[in-house]
Amino acid sequence: MIGSFRQKFRNWAFRRTVETGTVVLNQRRIYILPTRQGFAFAFVLVLMLLGDINYNLSLGYVLTFLLATTGGISMLHAFRNMAQIEIHAGQMEPVFAGEQARFVFHFHNPGSLERHQIHLHDDDGHHVVFDLPAQTSAPVQFDIPAPQRGWLDSGRLTLHTSFPLGLFRAWSYIHFDVRCLVYPKPAAPQPLPAASSQDGTGKLLATGDEDFSGLRNYVAGDAMPRIAWKALAREQGLQVKQFSAWQGQELWLDWSQLPDIAPERKLELLTRWVLDADVQGLIFGLRLPDGEVLPQHNASHRAESLRRLALFGAGAS
Amino acid sequence: MKLTAPLTFGLIACILLVSAPHAEHLPLWVSTVCAALLAWRAYLTWGGYPMPARWLLLSVTVACVFAIAITFRTLFGREVGVALLILLATLKLLELKAVRDAAVLVYLSCFIIITNFFYSQSIPTALYMLLTLLVIMATWVHMQTGALAFKPRLRIAVVLLLQAIPLSLIIFVLFPRVQGPLWGMPQDAYATSGLSDTMSPGSMSKLSLSDAVAFRATFVGRTPLREQMYWRGPVLWDYDGLTWTRGHNATLRRPALTDTTQLVDYTVTLEPHNKRWLFVLDMPAKLSISAELAPDFQLLSMAPVNARTRYTANSFLSYRANLEEQPQQLQRALALPQGYNPQTRQLAAEWRAQSASPEALVRTVITYFNRQGFEYTLEPPLLGLNGVDEFLFGTKKGFCEHYAGSFVVLMRAAGIPARVVTGYQGGEYNELGDYYIIRQADAHAWAEVWLRERGWVRVDPTAAISPERIQSGLSSALPDNAALPFLGRNPPEWLRGLRLNWDALANQWNQWVLGYNTERQFAFLTRMGMEDITWQKMALNMLAGIALLVGVFTLLMLRRLAARKTDAVQTVWLKVCRRLEKAGLPRAAHEGPMDYATRIAAVHPDLAEDIHDIAARYASLRYGGEAEQDGLAAFKDAVRAFKL
Repeated sequence: MIGSFRQKFRNWAFRRTVETGTVVLNQRRIYILPTRQGFAFAFVLVLMLLGDINYNLSLGYVLTFLLATTGGISMLHAFRNMAQIEIHAGQMEPVFAGEQARFVFHFHNPGSLERHQIHLHDDDGHHVVFDLPAQTSAPVQFDIPAPQRGWLDSGRLTLHTSFPLGLFRAWSYIHFDVRCLVYPKPAAPQPLPAASSQDGTGKLLATGDEDFSGLRNYVAGDAMPRIAWKALAREQGLQVKQFSAWQGQELWLDWSQLPDIAPERKLELLTRWVLDADVQGLIFGLRLPDGEVLPQHNASHRAESLRRLALFGAGAS
Repeated sequence: MKLTAPLTFGLIACILLVSAPHAEHLPLWVSTVCAALLAWRAYLTWGGYPMPARWLLLSVTVACVFAIAITFRTLFGREVGVALLILLATLKLLELKAVRDAAVLVYLSCFIIITNFFYSQSIPTALYMLLTLLVIMATWVHMQTGALAFKPRLRIAVVLLLQAIPLSLIIFVLFPRVQGPLWGMPQDAYATSGLSDTMSPGSMSKLSLSDAVAFRATFVGRTPLREQMYWRGPVLWDYDGLTWTRGHNATLRRPALTDTTQLVDYTVTLEPHNKRWLFVLDMPAKLSISAELAPDFQLLSMAPVNARTRYTANSFLSYRANLEEQPQQLQRALALPQGYNPQTRQLAAEWRAQSASPEALVRTVITYFNRQGFEYTLEPPLLGLNGVDEFLFGTKKGFCEHYAGSFVVLMRAAGIPARVVTGYQGGEYNELGDYYIIRQADAHAWAEVWLRERGWVRVDPTAAISPERIQSGLSSALPDNAALPFLGRNPPEWLRGLRLNWDALANQWNQWVLGYNTERQFAFLTRMGMEDITWQKMALNMLAGIALLVGVFTLLMLRRLAARKTDAVQTVWLKVCRRLEKAGLPRAAHEGPMDYATRIAAVHPDLAEDIHDIAARYASLRYGGEAEQDGLAAFKDAVRAFKL
């Protein structure tokens, strides 16, 4: 209840726009408030002041004022530690669900002043700390778990510092227009469907092992019968026999041909097959209820196929 | 951040630095236990050993608190508080886990610094405070900067402190002072040595071994002679055969001065002595602070002087004091204990019979002291039951209390009202600060007799035996081998100069820093031109001053943020472009240096060679990867030589 109220207040009080390009932390973006430690210190100072008054300790006044002004001026230092930092979001590499999405932000410190102990965190407690030496740029990687396929937004991130004394916390919110594409989590290895003839009426066959095309290194999960025992005997390591589909035939990974399992499981299975087919150098196409990707074999084809799987059911694009 | 070994060592250093000055007055076992605990913590950190078990720490803590309670017989009060605070801070160090604990320790060390001011607020203490504060700050910054090296960390701490100093100066001057105390203070804190309100053989000579400053005095206008400087303290009436005490005045009537001349005007800064009396020159006429003037011209402050107190006073050096003394008071001034000192009484009776007038009798006694081989010494022989008899007819060796006491006994025995006055005599002049330092060693006792036409007249028998004591001070009146404190002797000139310089500085410090109270603040602000001082006004001025300074700091601090390294090559090139622009040949935005040079050369063939050279140098420096330090000077020369 209080939490949601707080959230609402924060949404109201602080800008929530999503930004693109380079953000410069200026005074309008940096907020400062005392920390809990700051309040504790203020309490100690009040005690000291009472003691000074009561016992007429002139030197005590000096010490109390020195500490108070040091504490106060540390607010300016906290602000300075953040001010004028330039930030832009870096390129995102897609990840599979269940992995960590690696958001990269490029921090640039244009001034001749080192910035200390800048914390970057999100509302869920993921956290990274870094220093920023003078006149340098540094990529800061911020990992967020990606549990689900689809677009993953970094959300609004908080950049804060308690430098130099921990009495004040200067912070700023950054919310960049960066999303991480999260592919479905690949299912456990399963044999690829048989390549079908061009008319596409082929049904799922047990294997696509008509034509031996070569050897490749063993990957965990490869079927036992495919292991090239002779190669092993020749001390060439553990290798697997590869069979390519018939020339002129294409492999269609077809949603409609899958057994009746949950849609997400289907997507996971298709993801696994896309990866396997790509590794095996097969020319494959992907057929989903909302469209198809024509058979091909290259990196961008793989990326496009995975993208379609990731965004399946999420509307256009 | 994690609690690293360097951070732990920093915290140990903080606690060590803030506790060290307390070793002087803490019970020895507390200092020893603290030192041992600190060493233990340092050893654990150094070797990377695990922290002591909880039960062990807890039992040590409980044992310490018990021991404190037994040592001090209480758990309340300031001394106990300080001891507990230091012990607990040290123990906290041993159960340090998170950075939050470290912050608590830092605050605790700041607090312990302030407790040291109960005992000393001198200049060395202030300097030591700054050093301690620097270490604390560096440690504090350490908690927030992690792996930053020691030197840059120290620099941050120094910058913070340097910025805080002018700010706190403003606050110090303008923060409205409240005259304490806000709550009752335990008296135990002010056990200081000084003049007491009793006098017995040996009490003054003991005091004269102390260099401690009793008070300082500045004269405005006329300065009295040294032999006129009798700083009046407790007046002693009652004598029990051994000890002189103040007794109780038999009247409440204010004493009166008549025929007053030789006014002196002066300011006294009295060190706290925890008694009520204030010291003024004989005889006081006016005082700037409220005090009670007793019927025997003794000034008593309203409360014990337990803080440094400053007052201005007027005194008349020539006067007739209380011509009309109350009979009861005169009666007190004649009382002698029965049965003591028969020889003295007899001698007094003989003198009385011979003397024509009381004045003549006083002269007789003084002559007696002067002629009969009396000796002025710090180490007089011990006296028995009939002390005055033994002194006058036997040992004949004494300090001022012997002379003053026996003189008054003689006077009373001869029927002349007399009393003992204690206080200080003389003082050391400090040329640098134009003031007199009166030390405990200047403590003195003299006598006053009441004569019919003249009132109370001061008679100093010590002056009859040892005029040097009165004219030039104790050290010249005593033989060189007397057991005087080092500083009380006649020191070499350079040392004396050094000592006076130091005291002048300490005096300024006392006046302006330690004595900066409501009154001083008011006077100072008035002198600075502030009118109608109210606390609101002071607060406003304070805030304005702080805002101004913080504004300046902000400008200075934020300057370096976006400042890019100025490109020297670019600057020089732009200078050339500006000059050409003035000559009517501005560079187009799209034009590179080479194109520009070609265009200029086409218009001004005479400049062709120079401008091509400059452009080539610029291009080479800026784009060609030529090292700046190699080509910059030549480039600058070429530009300087370039004439349109």
